[in-house]
Amino acid sequence: MKLPHVEYEAPKTVSEAVELLAEHQDEASVLAGGQSLIPLLALRLAHPAVLIDINGIDELSGVSAADGWVAIGAMTREYIAEESETVAGTVPLLAAALPLIGHEAIRSRGTIGGSLAHADPAAELPAVARALDAEFVVRGPSGERVIPAAEWFEGFLTTSRQPDELLVEVRFPAAGRGTGISFQEVVRRHGDFAIVGLAASLTLSGGAISDARLAFAGLADVPVRATDAEDLLAGEEPSAELFDEAARRATGDTDPPADLHGSSDYRRKVAAALVRRGLRAAADNAYERQ
Amino acid sequence: MADITLRVNGAARTGSPEARMTLADFLRDDLNLTGTHLGCEHGVCGACTVIVDGRAVRSCLMLAVQAAGSEVTTIEGLAPDGELGTLQQAMWDSHSFQCGFCTPGMVMQAAAFLGNHPDADEQQIREALSGNICRCTGYQSIIDGVLLAAERSRAR
Repeated sequence: MKLPHVEYEAPKTVSEAVELLAEHQDEASVLAGGQSLIPLLALRLAHPAVLIDINGIDELSGVSAADGWVAIGAMTREYIAEESETVAGTVPLLAAALPLIGHEAIRSRGTIGGSLAHADPAAELPAVARALDAEFVVRGPSGERVIPAAEWFEGFLTTSRQPDELLVEVRFPAAGRGTGISFQEVVRRHGDFAIVGLAASLTLSGGAISDARLAFAGLADVPVRATDAEDLLAGEEPSAELFDEAARRATGDTDPPADLHGSSDYRRKVAAALVRRGLRAAADNAYERQ
Repeated sequence: MADITLRVNGAARTGSPEARMTLADFLRDDLNLTGTHLGCEHGVCGACTVIVDGRAVRSCLMLAVQAAGSEVTTIEGLAPDGELGTLQQAMWDSHSFQCGFCTPGMVMQAAAFLGNHPDADEQQIREALSGNICRCTGYQSIIDGVLLAAERSRAR
């Protein structure tokens, strides 16, 4: 369908954008890459009175590394992050997930901040952000605040960003020595949303697992960490038996959604298989990076 | 309404699209470039793919006002003199298409991808075209055409 009537603002600075958000509050939608918002408008699932287009705000684009973190401007397009050597060398889990987002033409326009602010629980980037404990920098009328990933995702397509706040930057911690990663997903077709996805990160030191992170996409209304399985893995030496038990603990008490792509039970079984595959691949990767 | 200027297929064009007008509708309705097809109008089918500043983009997921200052190439821009380019000729020779509805999107997606990845292999081409839906061919003839174009370009 054609898009509905909507007012349009194109601020050139973050301050102008924040002023517009403060004026229009939840009557406004922030337009970044538009690869999720424009379909929502076309399908009449979103009804903003005003679009605040942040594509013209140059200060919101860019990738920079400092103090063990990589900061990515909210308007940085996915293909730019995908081609970034800083991202590839410093946040390999993010680099592994980026090529799986949508299709090439979607990544031409889609942005890092847009995907994370849209917060589709089946999308790749929310699971990566949750696994790595990324930090979300938002700016509002009273200044900036930093929100940890654990508090960012509040529900289906819902984040803790307030209506007068703009997501300006997302920070990902750099992977250290001995950290191996894997992004796994089961999809009908390359580029589709995951039926189930898994972001996995394992750090090995002295032959044992010193840090384990597992975050699922598509298992709940938000990306979820498998903390029981992570606790089990910490301090242990990698083995097939350990990974089997981790898969059981990660999925045992989950209640995944059901739709035409898969029943709840199917998703739970896929999730368990992804934990085994993801941990094996992350462990292999960690050995390579020691 | 906003006045915009952009370059389309090498020529400067101006217009005054409403904010809600997509680039696809602007190209088709205001510039009469009806080679760009609209299938789903919400970013799923890929039929409306055009090249904006060197990258494949879905023109139904971009507002016309956002294309101000950009360089846009549509299917009409691939054969400005009526002569088929290498990609188009290879797809013709491979009988890539049947009904023709997905054709402009497929060709533009393939053109953008081969432009950035001249050495692409079959698997990469399949992934690059995975966002473009065709209901006639079963895709094999399309992949064959793009592979043939890549081979012919490399042989030059």
